[in-house]
Amino acid sequence: MTPIVFGSSREFSLPQVQRDFVRWNIYFGFAVLAVGVTFGIAQAFGYVGLNTYKHLPGIRNYYQGLTIHGVFNTLVLTTAFSNGFIALSTARGLGRPLNGPLLFAALWSLILGSLLAAYAMFSGQASVLYTFYPPLQAHWTFYLGLTLAVISTWLVSAAQLVTLGQWRKDNPGERIPLLAFMAIVTYVMWDLASVGIAAEVVLLLLPWSLGILAGADPLLSRTLFWLTGHPIVYFWLLPVYVSWYGMIPRQVGGVLFSDKLTRIVFLAFILLVPVGLHHQYVDPGISQGLKYAAAVLTFGIFFPSLMTAFAVMYALEIGGRARGGTGLVGWFWRIPWSNPSVSAQVLAMVMFLLGGISGMLNASFSMNLKIHNTAFVTGHFHETVSTAVVLSYFGIAYWMVPYLEQKELRLPRLAVFQAFLYFAGVLIFSNALIAGGLYGMPRRTALALATYGLPQWRVPGIVAAVGGSMMFLGVILFFVVLVATLAGQKSTVAADIPFTETVTAPAGAGWVVQLDRLRYFVLASVVLTLAVYGGLLMHSIPPHLAARALQYP
Amino acid sequence: MERLERIFLVAAAIMLVAFLAALAYSSVAMGIHLPGHGMAIHYTHEQLLRKVLARTPPFDHPGVRQLAAGKYEVVIVGQTWSFTPGKIRIPAGAEVTFRATSADVIHGFYIPGTRVNLMLIPGEVSEMTYRFSEPGDYLLICHEYCGKLHHTMSATVEVR
Repeated sequence: MTPIVFGSSREFSLPQVQRDFVRWNIYFGFAVLAVGVTFGIAQAFGYVGLNTYKHLPGIRNYYQGLTIHGVFNTLVLTTAFSNGFIALSTARGLGRPLNGPLLFAALWSLILGSLLAAYAMFSGQASVLYTFYPPLQAHWTFYLGLTLAVISTWLVSAAQLVTLGQWRKDNPGERIPLLAFMAIVTYVMWDLASVGIAAEVVLLLLPWSLGILAGADPLLSRTLFWLTGHPIVYFWLLPVYVSWYGMIPRQVGGVLFSDKLTRIVFLAFILLVPVGLHHQYVDPGISQGLKYAAAVLTFGIFFPSLMTAFAVMYALEIGGRARGGTGLVGWFWRIPWSNPSVSAQVLAMVMFLLGGISGMLNASFSMNLKIHNTAFVTGHFHETVSTAVVLSYFGIAYWMVPYLEQKELRLPRLAVFQAFLYFAGVLIFSNALIAGGLYGMPRRTALALATYGLPQWRVPGIVAAVGGSMMFLGVILFFVVLVATLAGQKSTVAADIPFTETVTAPAGAGWVVQLDRLRYFVLASVVLTLAVYGGLLMHSIPPHLAARALQYP
Repeated sequence: MERLERIFLVAAAIMLVAFLAALAYSSVAMGIHLPGHGMAIHYTHEQLLRKVLARTPPFDHPGVRQLAAGKYEVVIVGQTWSFTPGKIRIPAGAEVTFRATSADVIHGFYIPGTRVNLMLIPGEVSEMTYRFSEPGDYLLICHEYCGKLHHTMSATVEVR
């Protein structure tokens, strides 16, 4: 079969201002990660009863450190990396630059927002964790900071849509190039998904923290939070899918099989926005019927993930066989493991399989009664966001930094070792927490200081500390590779991004063409969201603003 | 290849449906249910929720009550950073319904080793029925962050 190059294969060189936008976003994200993981290692030590927080300068307690760990790593790093990488994928996919002023407004909005939130957290006025459930109340700068971070993503989305409009005018009747399609759908999904948290923060929490509203509505806030709080994981994951579908096949010497299937997978995430109620399985005030409906929809998400498992594995197999691999699994050992960009991302995929299994257990409501808010959940999301997503960021950085800087990647063998060390660390860490969770060990609780405990939590705690330390070392080694690369000499490598080819071309006619009409899918998602959440939200309007603040807990 | 893809997707769909069927079985045949809508407690921001609860039955008298032979109700209020009452004694094998709420912020309500796992949200009443078949000392802990001494919020459940 002859692979078909998708989209614009014309020479494209990224204008310098766009290159700077991508660079500053990912460097800002990684700088934030450096702070975030410092609190991560303190977390790991907490599991063996060591309270290291008192040794960290300016940090009052465990919960302040945990808030910084969560907000920096899962909110700021992910937003920064996605903004940069998605803007790059869109520009390259469409073969034209995005609107510069919009992108720079996005960059500054994110930086300013992060600084405001950092001020609130480091001054001890926002130890509310990254879920910030009212009536725990943070300083207003925390809520304003988060708002600005969300606005930054909307600005990137606007820049994408403006450019898409221009591209469509210049290319009437043509299919949207796949790389750009994936990048744009990711942010359109997020535009829809972020409405919940935006409403919660802008309409309720920010005015409440400023004294304009007298009280909080804890249940309504939780519901709005989780309306966004589940699909936010798609916002973390889909940029990585852009790499797994759009770039990894090329990097392993394979091709992506189906253009159509790829588009359907991305669109499925637009449809499956309203599943957040499965985070509220054990909440009062929400009917059982809605919870069971959420369970069914949640199982629906596993379908596009299983499609991804097929598509990506098939691409890896094509690559492995092209490199001489034979047999049922022999091809797997022949993919280019010595390329750190590949090894990091394939290990991330393997961990995502485990994360999918632990996620399915969370979604199973009878099982959820055993593990809700236990360390099991922490184990699960260190498999997903901390590994499937963040280890993929490392893998993407291993080609993207050389591409952006026009410098060769330094210490590639250390980079491969880094990926394996981090992967092994998470494997140990997450399994320990999953075991601890099954024994009832609570999540995000200062166990080192707790006035209670069970003997069964001891061994999982020790193992988690070992795994967490390995993860921390893995991240340090990533920074060593990054700094060594940045300090290197300019060279002329990596003139283009490694984007892939598909075996089947996008169809020019038939129903498949409708997949590019995003507005149908947006409309369907809005209808489904109203069907699930409409009644619940109608009951909550006007909000019952009665709960009193526990300020700066 | 497209045939392979179809086989995979059909197998995936069958697997997901089988999992959902297992869940339905756990709910219908084994009687494991999620908590649903409970009673709501009406209060305004001018009122102290703690005081409203003190005159709202059943929270005006937290504690263990026998409802019928082998049936008990346990009424509990969570507040920063304790449960009232802090010690609960119930007989083994009895059907126990926990009725709990919060007097201030969101708390958790979890008995490790069981499926008693609830969120306590101010203004809402959480309910769960459970039968302790094994006598022993159980922990009741708050497993939702509720402020700086969250890790000290626990109670004991003695099943005799």
